Amino acid sequence: MTPHSLPDHPHPARRRWMAVLARADAAAIETRLQACRDLPPYIRLRGPESGLVMVRGRAGGAGGPFNLGEMTVTRCTVRTDQGLVGHAYVPGRDARQAELAAMVDALMQDPARADTLEAAVIAPLEAAQQARQATRTAKAAATKVQFFAMQTMRT
Amino acid sequence: MSGLSPGFADPVADAQSCFRAVLDAMSRPGRLRRIAGLTPAAPLGHAAAALLMTLVDQETPLWLDPEAAGARAWIEFHCGAPLVEDAGAAMFAFALARPGLPMPDLTSLCAGTHESPETAATLILQLPALGSGRRWRLSGPGLRTPEVLQADGLPADFAVRWQHNHGQFPCGVDLILCAGDTLTALPRSVMIEEA
Repeated sequence: MTPHSLPDHPHPARRRWMAVLARADAAAIETRLQACRDLPPYIRLRGPESGLVMVRGRAGGAGGPFNLGEMTVTRCTVRTDQGLVGHAYVPGRDARQAELAAMVDALMQDPARADTLEAAVIAPLEAAQQARQATRTAKAAATKVQFFAMQTMRT
Repeated sequence: MSGLSPGFADPVADAQSCFRAVLDAMSRPGRLRRIAGLTPAAPLGHAAAALLMTLVDQETPLWLDPEAAGARAWIEFHCGAPLVEDAGAAMFAFALARPGLPMPDLTSLCAGTHESPETAATLILQLPALGSGRRWRLSGPGLRTPEVLQADGLPADFAVRWQHNHGQFPCGVDLILCAGDTLTALPRSVMIEEA
């Protein structure tokens, strides 16, 4: 679930915060946002609306592309009163999450707010996601079977 | 991107009612229809913006008048249509017409073929005003008696140009005129004379 680090991405920082917001649920974003005061008003330019996107894959990351399957995605675009436009595409059907993610994306583009939001919203969400991922990895690793016995028999 | 404004308030219902208005306008050439409920980017009018949002999407190449470049970002965001430089490759064309500005040549747009005349392009022309200005007499399918259309901003030789387009039937370009929140349609089947 880690974002692919494509070297030529034009805005790697934005890619990072969008990835964090896409994996956080609406309640978590909302709770973190309560720490930020005087959020500016915004209007919805599009959505939130749900649809399907085709997820494509490549075997081994290098083979020919194939269609893996469709997944539900909700998107939203908002504009703040300063004219900053935020976009969000999040997995699933949570319209509120898409709207909040789009709003945070717009605000993160404002240099005056980016540091506050990074500290209050993005960094804690990222830490929680990494902790959850680490727990899952550890639990999965604990079930790994080492076939010492067979190896011993063969040698 | 900062000049972006929202599209339809209710994307499905508003697009359907706009589509219905276009259908009615096409079947009754020259009759004026009203469309409201959008605040598009200049120089797009309400009706032109609603038409683009209803008819144009990522599968319909659009040719955009350089005069309407101010609305380019709005159209790209809301319609997602591929913008083409060559008018002949477009399924829809949007142009502004006003005195001193030449109307795009109808022959530069795709008129379809005899095997598939439905592939012809549709020109959406935004005029300064509909319901006032020069008078044109329309007759043909959909009109029991000739109807008079008043439109401001069409070129003086419009009837001659249209005659050429109409003469190609079943091929030919369809024209949708709009001004502000009003629209009317001139399908290729209609005959136009000066009145």
